[in-house]
Amino acid sequence: MISNALVGQFKTLVGDENAWSDAVDLHTYAYDAAVVDPVKPGLIVRPTSTEALGQAVRLCNENGLPLTVRGAGTNLSGGTVPLPDGVVIVTNGMKSIVEINEADMYAVVQPGVVTAKLAAAVEAKGLFYPPDPGSQAVSTIGGNVAENAGGLRGLKYGVTRDYVMGLSFFDVEGNLVKSGSKTVKCATGYNLTGLMVGSEGTLGVFNEIILKLIPLPVHNKAMMAVFDSLEKASETVAAIIANRIVPATLEFLDNFTIRAVEDFSKAGMPTDAAAMLLVELDGHPAQVEEDAERVEKLCRSMGAASIRVAQDAAERDRVWAARRAALSALAQLKPTLVLEDATVPRSRIPDMVAAIGRIAARYDVTIGTFGHAGDGNLHPTILTDKRDPEEWQRVEHTIDAIFDAALEMGGTLSGEHGTGLAKCRYLEKETSAGTILFSRRIKRAMDPNNILNPGKIIAAKA
Amino acid sequence: MASMETLARLMRELEDQLVVCMKCGMCQSVCPVFDQTGREADVTRGKLALLSGLMEHIFDDPEGVHRQLNKCLLCGSCAANCPSGVSVQEIFLKARAILSGFMGLPPAKRLILRGMLANPRLFDHLTAWGAKFQHLFTRSANEIIGTSCARVMSPLVQDRHFKTLAPVPFHRQAAAIDRPAGTSGLKVALFTGCLIDKIFPNIADSTLKILDHLEVGLFLPENQACCGIPALASGDLATFRKLQAHNLKLYTSGEFDYLVTACATCTSTLHEVWPQMADERHRDTAARLARRTMDINQFLIQEASLKPLSNSAAGGCTVTYHDPCHLKKGLHVFSEPRAVIAATPGCTLKEMAQPDVCCGMGGSFNLQYYDISRDIGQLKAAQIQASGAEVLATGCPACMLQVSDMLSQAAAQIKVRHPVELYAAALDA
Ligand SMILES: Cc1cc2nc3c(=O)[nH]c(=O)nc-3n(C[C@H](O)[C@H](O)[C@H](O)COP(=O)(O)OP(=O)(O)OC[C@H]3O[C@@H](n4cnc5c(N)ncnc54)[C@H](O)[C@@H]3O)c2cc1C
Ligand code: SF4
Ligand code: SF4
Repeated sequence: MISNALVGQFKTLVGDENAWSDAVDLHTYAYDAAVVDPVKPGLIVRPTSTEALGQAVRLCNENGLPLTVRGAGTNLSGGTVPLPDGVVIVTNGMKSIVEINEADMYAVVQPGVVTAKLAAAVEAKGLFYPPDPGSQAVSTIGGNVAENAGGLRGLKYGVTRDYVMGLSFFDVEGNLVKSGSKTVKCATGYNLTGLMVGSEGTLGVFNEIILKLIPLPVHNKAMMAVFDSLEKASETVAAIIANRIVPATLEFLDNFTIRAVEDFSKAGMPTDAAAMLLVELDGHPAQVEEDAERVEKLCRSMGAASIRVAQDAAERDRVWAARRAALSALAQLKPTLVLEDATVPRSRIPDMVAAIGRIAARYDVTIGTFGHAGDGNLHPTILTDKRDPEEWQRVEHTIDAIFDAALEMGGTLSGEHGTGLAKCRYLEKETSAGTILFSRRIKRAMDPNNILNPGKIIAAKA
Repeated sequence: MASMETLARLMRELEDQLVVCMKCGMCQSVCPVFDQTGREADVTRGKLALLSGLMEHIFDDPEGVHRQLNKCLLCGSCAANCPSGVSVQEIFLKARAILSGFMGLPPAKRLILRGMLANPRLFDHLTAWGAKFQHLFTRSANEIIGTSCARVMSPLVQDRHFKTLAPVPFHRQAAAIDRPAGTSGLKVALFTGCLIDKIFPNIADSTLKILDHLEVGLFLPENQACCGIPALASGDLATFRKLQAHNLKLYTSGEFDYLVTACATCTSTLHEVWPQMADERHRDTAARLARRTMDINQFLIQEASLKPLSNSAAGGCTVTYHDPCHLKKGLHVFSEPRAVIAATPGCTLKEMAQPDVCCGMGGSFNLQYYDISRDIGQLKAAQIQASGAEVLATGCPACMLQVSDMLSQAAAQIKVRHPVELYAAALDA
């Protein structure tokens, strides 16, 4: 229990209306979007200024209170599941876009800014912030940076990391640390920004983030290609890249997902197709049109059963509706949905899809797979009911097996969802004992009392 | 109060619907209450987690969960946007009924719901009496919008600008009607709804005019009761079912092709809630009636092929349309009201930004959480004003109340009308 006196101190910092310790509030900050057990914190604080944020961190440290920062709580790895009686700092009270600089093409934002709101504000000025996680309507920039979130445009435009020019954060004592700058080039000091991206709230608490912006592509074109074999689909992906064409998005849906989408939306999907590719090109109109023709030809020569090129915005929307519906369509089938994101070098996608099929059969679980074929980041989506302990055990074996398969192919545990609680016990498998040791030493140096989101990424021991 | 274990057992009835939520958090992007407070317990995901908590016997008392459950507009924005297809409204209404049954209705609510609303005749008498004397307590606030405010400070009214009760409610203006289909070959039943009957009788009057004009037959029974949603929203299932049985009896006594209402909330209640919440005995009848229930705009456009009027006597004006949540999110009705406006001579539609964002009314939410309701409503009022339109049209009298309050407080000179009022006025011109 956090003493009343201490709660009072937090209230003085953030205001009475922004510190909550009611049973009801504590219960609703015990979880995030990951399928992990909830843990009830002891206090929620919602600072609305830089000063209050820094002071709140300091107060936690001085009193040895474990602290978990939370944006929208949409991460899929348990990164915002707090510690028992710990403090949760919610960032949605700090959501202003401080600056959008058109001349120098950057934006400065507070951590609680919602990704889609920033993207829209930037687009209104003819600029572009490409990282577009599926959760962008709610996810925060702070959460995106702390998870190094990806999205559909990873292949051509990269991930959140590629847009963070600099940031300021509070260290565990509440000192403001600045790294990076608003300039394209910056060689001053350690590259602390690099260390903080993907740190999942374990090393410091972001206060402001400087993001790179680029010109908004003026033209785009979408198409959908249907294949009767997985091999043909993935050979097509390889061929597109080998021909030096880089689509903005190159997405894949397997047969199970296609059928689920059809049941869900009755959009006339090819339910007997083994796989479907969705491609979108963007850039200069002439280049886009030329590349679109080349992609269409490639798809045909690689044996696509059918191809549909969107002729206008409405058709483009229909092409993407199928992809957007994928998660919903799968989610409707069973109560529990485990969304994995093991990632392999893209040439290994056919092997990975085949492996997932074998694993599903071996453990008798239902898996729909869709994802970002262009960057090897698949989302095998396990459909289950967590209330059935026997089935849940098989699901856990399935997850282990998927990770093993991805690692065997030279891949990684997580393309974009982060390590959090859900994957920390696999981390050594992908890296090495030395890596864990090194990471723990960094953590101990930066957070000697181990109060910053303990247990995430590198497990409990300090 | 019975034990928390009993409550947990009652809540388990909802388990299969609760587990559908995958905790993705996407509801945060659309919940108007959460948008104001940033507090997880105010958003759907949080509320569902609290209900699961009751089921798992985690809380010592149900008060906090009950409070959160009531801090909701029942706007359906979250359900319309939920990737997992959680039946949010059904869960919330059932949970409110379980909790109110368990905790008992507060005395004031009991008096209003059971003592007044449940008895349509008494309700009519009391409001008629109120209409006579209200001028003693109120004064005009905005002539264009037609709102009033309190003469003396009162805790219930606060600084609201409200619409007063109509001098003559609709049921006094139009007696029971049963008129066969004319040349249209169609006949509808009209469910008036409390707000239209007692505050906006002109909407019903306009509806009748248009139906007449189109030679659509009409069944309008006497002594209609409330649709029951205020009772159900307070967890009073018994009163809801009493009102529902009363209305079902009235409407099954007539013959018609469709049942129409000009109130978005009534339409959505009859269409969605009646079959869901009916008792065994009335479920099939309610479901059959629900299938024939539709919004008046939808009927006019889809079934009665309303034609654009060509008389140009009605002067030109610009109209912006607010989508009531209960039409757009629940019933996917959004093009039809706009088509009615477009068919009205002299009216030019001018869209506001985000026309389908909730106005913040939410029935009793507005009474309990007026501050939040007003903050949400002010965003709406600002967008209406920014559109530059001279008239705000919307298909729901409850939204009309809220928007009138907000526009009036902002001293805006913008009329608030139902689409059928615009069209009917042009018929007169
Ligand atoms: C439906 C759905 C679709 C998704 N699609 C994608 C996708 O396409 N790509 C993708 O990459 N992810 C995706 N995700 C996962 C998730 O949305 C991302 O991880 C996102 O970046 C989390 O943002 P958030 O604001 O919710 O952060 P939270 O979940 O609140 O927090 C995530 C982590 O960031 C830390 N953190 C938050 N704010 C700060 C701060 N100010 N300082 C330091 N640390 C902080 C937290 O402690 C936590 O460890 C999806 C999730 C869902 C539910
Ligand atoms: S959007 Fe639906 S599934 Fe997701 S958290 Fe909200 S209610 Fe649950
Ligand atoms: S019904 Fe409306 S107010 Fe209630 S939780 Fe859903 S979005 Fe929020």
